[in-house]
Amino acid sequence: MTVREEAFPSAKPSFLERLRDSLLILWGSKTAMVGLTMVMFWIVVALLAPWVTKYSPTEQDWQAQNQGPSAQHWLGTDDAGRDIWSRLVYGARVILIQTPVTDKFSLPIGVAVWGVLLGLVVGSTLGLVGGYLGGWIDEIIMRLLDAMMAFPVILLYMIIIAAVGPSAINVVLAIAIVGTPGIARLVRSLTLDIRTREYIRAAEVRGEKLWYILFVEILPNASGPILIDAMLRLGYAIFAMGTLGFLGLGLPPPSPDWGSMVAKGRRFILAGSPWAALWPAVAIASLVVGLNLLADGLREETQRYR
Amino acid sequence: MIKGYQRMKDRKDLPILRVENLSVAYATRKGEVPAVRDVSFEVRRGETFGMVGESGCGKSTVAFSIVNFLGPNGRIKAGRIFFQGQDLVGRSERELRHLRGNRIAMVYQDPMQALNPSLRIGEQMAEVLIVHQGLKRAEAEERCIQMLERVYMPDPANVMRRYPHQLSGGQQQRVVIAMALLNDPALLIMDEPTTALDVTVEAAVLDLIAGLQEDFDTAILYISHNLGVIARVSDQVGVMYAGQLVERAPVTDLFLKPLHPYTQGLLRCVPRLGQDKLSSYLLPIRGQVPSPAALPSGCIFEPRCDFARPECRHGMPEYRQVADGHWVRCYFAEEVAGAGYQPPKELVAEMLATARKEREPVLRIERLKTYYEAPSPKLFDRRKRYVRAVDDVSLEAYKGLTLGIVGESGCGKSTLARTIIGLERPTDGKLEFMGFDIRKPVSKRDLEIIKNMQMVFQNPDSTLNPAFSVGRQIARPLELFKVVPKDQIRGEVIRLLELMKLGPNYYDRLPRQLSGGEKQRVGIARALAGRPELVLCDEPVSALDVSVQAAVLNLLLEIQHKLGTTLIFIAHDLSVVRFLSDYIAVMYLGKVMEFGTAEQIYAPPYHPYTEALLSAVPIPDPRAEQKHVRLEGTVPSALNPPAGCRFHTRCPRKLGPICEQEEPPWQDAGNGHRIYCHIPLEELRKVEPVITLHTDNAIKVR
Repeated sequence: MTVREEAFPSAKPSFLERLRDSLLILWGSKTAMVGLTMVMFWIVVALLAPWVTKYSPTEQDWQAQNQGPSAQHWLGTDDAGRDIWSRLVYGARVILIQTPVTDKFSLPIGVAVWGVLLGLVVGSTLGLVGGYLGGWIDEIIMRLLDAMMAFPVILLYMIIIAAVGPSAINVVLAIAIVGTPGIARLVRSLTLDIRTREYIRAAEVRGEKLWYILFVEILPNASGPILIDAMLRLGYAIFAMGTLGFLGLGLPPPSPDWGSMVAKGRRFILAGSPWAALWPAVAIASLVVGLNLLADGLREETQRYR
Repeated sequence: MIKGYQRMKDRKDLPILRVENLSVAYATRKGEVPAVRDVSFEVRRGETFGMVGESGCGKSTVAFSIVNFLGPNGRIKAGRIFFQGQDLVGRSERELRHLRGNRIAMVYQDPMQALNPSLRIGEQMAEVLIVHQGLKRAEAEERCIQMLERVYMPDPANVMRRYPHQLSGGQQQRVVIAMALLNDPALLIMDEPTTALDVTVEAAVLDLIAGLQEDFDTAILYISHNLGVIARVSDQVGVMYAGQLVERAPVTDLFLKPLHPYTQGLLRCVPRLGQDKLSSYLLPIRGQVPSPAALPSGCIFEPRCDFARPECRHGMPEYRQVADGHWVRCYFAEEVAGAGYQPPKELVAEMLATARKEREPVLRIERLKTYYEAPSPKLFDRRKRYVRAVDDVSLEAYKGLTLGIVGESGCGKSTLARTIIGLERPTDGKLEFMGFDIRKPVSKRDLEIIKNMQMVFQNPDSTLNPAFSVGRQIARPLELFKVVPKDQIRGEVIRLLELMKLGPNYYDRLPRQLSGGEKQRVGIARALAGRPELVLCDEPVSALDVSVQAAVLNLLLEIQHKLGTTLIFIAHDLSVVRFLSDYIAVMYLGKVMEFGTAEQIYAPPYHPYTEALLSAVPIPDPRAEQKHVRLEGTVPSALNPPAGCRFHTRCPRKLGPICEQEEPPWQDAGNGHRIYCHIPLEELRKVEPVITLHTDNAIKVR
């Protein structure tokens, strides 16, 4: 049997080709593109924080309190005369780009992202183990997670932060703990489907170890839905950070926190300067909506030509 | 009088359906892809037009365009479809409804999708008449019962009161066919209606369909991938390839004097019953079906054709009538018809290599039982119930030879395989492999045993992990079993790929870039990587197209000759098992009914079940004579198998109470041929052979 070479162009897609294919998928969906633009705006702005604003987020100007938008302060100032744009930008940085651990030391990647990642690691492991092994192990894991899910989300956040105290690391933990049951359920349901495939039988027949089957054979095939779910979860996490900040359980002041900015600013809404509360609210909404649009668009587009 | 007769005759000649130069395309992300190109045929009253082709050839698309079910992204690009003289293309949904009325009915592959699971059979059948013909309920039900009787449904009044899930697959398909016939359609479209059914059930449904056009005078468009089925039901046959109808002829002409090289190739690919293993060559068609997005500019079959000449690359050949009613799309049809086909020499040598005859058992199964615990139907009943999937099976597999295991779905053949490989724990009995006890799950077995026993799976779409490249998946067992040093793994993978007739350029491909047959070959390569002593093949070709199936079967045979691997080959298709196996076990409801060499199984004395199975197999030769044995009823539940002989509830040769009360003895018919039956051997020996083939001028391999 002769193989006709010309019928098979180069087999392995290069990185660029794969990037182009994924962009093609994104490009096909208006929803995803709008979402991507909104999210990318905040990522770029947060990355370039020192260059997109000339003010420090904590620099107070007692000459200019509660001002509206102007040439000096693009979005205005808050009650302590701090530049709102600058605070938003550095607030985005904490959410997306870097996690302050102590005054001097901070981790790369923001609080919300760390929270979701940690939740993904724990949740995926539990979901994989429960879904693949089944039986009483699955029963124990799932009932414990059900018990956690029985608590209202906000209450659960408040209990956790109240117990361990407000700090960036503790917010990460809270987001991870609250996110875990949902991720575990999703991964478990995907695993239940994937474990019936014959390539899993082939791995078992080969005598593969449990961890290999879970993380090498099953996990990569569940990654698509997990990724889309993670985007939605990142949105929820940002929303949760806003809520915690609003309730005074977020990052300790004076670090820029969108939630606490809304909380502080709302006292001046009726006094005629709504800017300090409005802008951070818009920021939270745009980032969360952007992530949601991105996730929805991707999901629709990947399912269209099935 | 004569005039009236003449008019009737004219009417008979008027085609019910005439498709002219039909072209259909689907829109995809990468642009429009042609699915059907320039297809023309007609179906007359009282005639069955069989449309045969491999998957993706566009045969279902043709059916869907007739009923305008192409979906949101499909559209008819050109051509006309005349139904009873009226053009259907380009009409609105309302006009179509008016034109077609309820005169076109369709039957699909899966009967459960056509039946509403929450309505009783009677309700959904009567509804058709009440809605379409305005009958009263009582009258409608009366008609439904009559219709069920006409499709030979046993106890129709009782069936009317049941829900779909309470019927077997064959009965469900009968209900669907009866429903389709209720409105007395002029055209009945059947899209693979028996593909999901077991052979014995399929045979009964095919009998029914063959009788339909006599009883109802309907035109039938019958679509199938199975040449044997087409040969049994059709009057006219059309062969589709890559979206085109390449040949169309009356059934005997098509099977006995095929003119298109593709048709000839297809017929050479099918294993035929009645021929022995060493002479029944399967000659695969080389290459693969071109993707609809990159069709060759000339004749679509040119890249795979053995007769191709430079002219074939320029321009598509005309669809022309060569003999009366025999249409073909090939420049050189007349020459092709006369030319004998010469199979490549090395292939013949491979086939004729004699199998080893000494019997050295590698795997020994003795009185093996695998039971599953079934949930009790009662809340407070503590007694455990068991599904007896494998019940008291004793078999041996001999070194370097193939043991075939055949049976219909639910007979326990897959459970047996899973028990041997260690995915299922045996309940009782002995299981020995190369002298070691292997009654433990695979995770507790020694690496040496795991390495020496591997498995090939059924479904090409799930046998490979979609996340990893072909090379990586074959390399994994090499790494795990330390077959070769680390730095030689890549070379060994390429050697295996070449053994599978896949080039080294497959190393980096992902499974989704492969065709079904290629995936299956990679699956075989993966199983062979550890150089196992025994390979279990669980229906490895049942999901493949015939031309691909032939290539994979030949490959298995070749590998066995080269490496001396022992194979256990599990399948429901008796002709495939016949082709590949040295020894065969026939299973029914968890038990082995008959065991012997392939020659012994396919010739008398037969077990009555084997006899019924053989007479049900559709044979791709319209002149083959086959005994008519049909089984009554359905397979009993393995939860509560019948006492005595398990087959007694359906056995056409049942002796009497002894079959119901006593377990049959193993009767030795000589040379290891065992039959599990009460009927005395002398009597079984008197049975005539089930299949008689006339091989005088069938296509022969010289």
